[in-house]
Amino acid sequence: MNKKRNSWIGVLGVLIGLLWLFPFYMILTNSFKTPKGIFASVLSLPNPFTNVNYGDSFKALNFISSLTNSLIITVCSVLLIILCSSMAAYALQRNKSKLSSSLLLLFISAMLIPFQSVMIPLTANFGNVHLLNMYGLMFMYLGFNCSLSIFLYQGTLSSIPIAMDEAAEMEGASRWQIYYKIILPILSPMTVTVAILNIIAIWNDYLLPSLVLPQVQYTIPLQMFNFFGEYTKQWHLALAGITLSIIPVIVFYLFAQKWIIKGVTDGAVK
Amino acid sequence: MKNKSLSFWLFLTPTLVALALVVFIPMLEGLFYSFTDWDGLSFTKVVGFKNYMALLQDKAFGNAFWFTVAFVIVTVILLNVIGLGLALLVTQKFKGNNFLRAIFFMPNMIGGLILGFIWQFIFTQGFSALGSALHMTVFQNWLTNSLTGFWGLVIVTVWQMSGYIMIIYIAYLQNIPSEVIEAAEIDGASAWQRFTRITFPMIAPAFTVCMFLTLSNGFKIYDQNLSLTNGGPYNSTQMLAMDIVNTAYNSSDFALAEAKAMVFFLIVAAISLVQVFYNRKREGDF
Repeated sequence: MNKKRNSWIGVLGVLIGLLWLFPFYMILTNSFKTPKGIFASVLSLPNPFTNVNYGDSFKALNFISSLTNSLIITVCSVLLIILCSSMAAYALQRNKSKLSSSLLLLFISAMLIPFQSVMIPLTANFGNVHLLNMYGLMFMYLGFNCSLSIFLYQGTLSSIPIAMDEAAEMEGASRWQIYYKIILPILSPMTVTVAILNIIAIWNDYLLPSLVLPQVQYTIPLQMFNFFGEYTKQWHLALAGITLSIIPVIVFYLFAQKWIIKGVTDGAVK
Repeated sequence: MKNKSLSFWLFLTPTLVALALVVFIPMLEGLFYSFTDWDGLSFTKVVGFKNYMALLQDKAFGNAFWFTVAFVIVTVILLNVIGLGLALLVTQKFKGNNFLRAIFFMPNMIGGLILGFIWQFIFTQGFSALGSALHMTVFQNWLTNSLTGFWGLVIVTVWQMSGYIMIIYIAYLQNIPSEVIEAAEIDGASAWQRFTRITFPMIAPAFTVCMFLTLSNGFKIYDQNLSLTNGGPYNSTQMLAMDIVNTAYNSSDFALAEAKAMVFFLIVAAISLVQVFYNRKREGDF
């Protein structure tokens, strides 16, 4: 009885799963069609099959350059966020005073402020000091994303006994050594969570980099937006471009799926 | 670490400086500029509440506000119903449930901008092909008016975020001890009774988390809006975030944009604060 019920649920699951995958099917199949092929039928499989679209959109998207920019910006920003947020969380958690709880509250209250409320003065200020480039952007990501990261680290730190610090201090370790050699390694499960949440947010971000980056430093979403504007209605190229731009994300997802799901759960539930 | 110790402050300096320069100082400047005739570079005088009065008269802002409110109501309901439905589905025992979970979450990995482009193709090309095949006019001319633009945005958001909401519900569903469900089953409770009397009350906290998450995300949506409809036709599908960006960077009306940005802040912050108080109160009840 139960077995029969479960197989029906399985069938239902597969149907909904196929519905969920349908957009990907549409993008993938049509990206291998000629313009005529798309016009003739968008629902059928590619006939004739062509992969010219990929070469063309690869060039038009400046794919190697935008992929490199995306990687540099994401990796550097995330490393910066991990290092600075864990340091700050450590200092705040190990200091039991009114000051440190007010500082924590300050960090958390920053999460209430939406990006659109600060973007105009922010970009004006950074423009004045010539920091509208990827270095300025990395610093901005630190400012926007450190609050959540500190909050997450802070929760984990409270479960690390202070006796660990004290023992190391007796041995003559400096504060930095205690943090770097003892605390940071213990924090690594949370570091994975912090990294995942920030990677997803920064890799996909569009509005902030579009206000900050010069054209030579364009990331994939920015390049994609320009590309789409240029090739409106040339769906064969646009679709190949879309497919190219989501390949890195899908590859990352396939390899890190377990950690991603855990990270996203931690980030939302804590 | 003591307040006065050098290391305490050294450890905090990078994030405090970043937070001040990136969030708090621009926020205060923005607040001040919203009371001036700022043009993005400089201002000549303080104008009091003039920008806020202009905002009340601003048709685009009013439109964007009501469009966003309607969007948020619809997506909060749909995302929670579908997210919970998917969570219940993939926590059943059948082959491939983990694989399905991965599929449902996948759209969430891709940025809103690219998702909007993907669906632009489906709504304009795929839907019209489907419409001619089925001889149904419902599928024709999507994204060319505000109604189909609205539902287009809803569909994209639901497709993207349901998997995320599902993940949160799963986390809570897995915390329900299986003995409780089994005991109810032995006592003769039907599947519906088990769901309404046991499962649902036990995942009530998840419902709060997800509701506020979908609520504040809904208000802040920009990327999908930009790539799917770009606010069109005639700004009828423009949401709050996009209206602020366009007021500043297309109309160069920076002071008005700042006033809008401050109102936007009040809306988003109010939602989060209500959530915090609500959670405090609930935790107090236990």
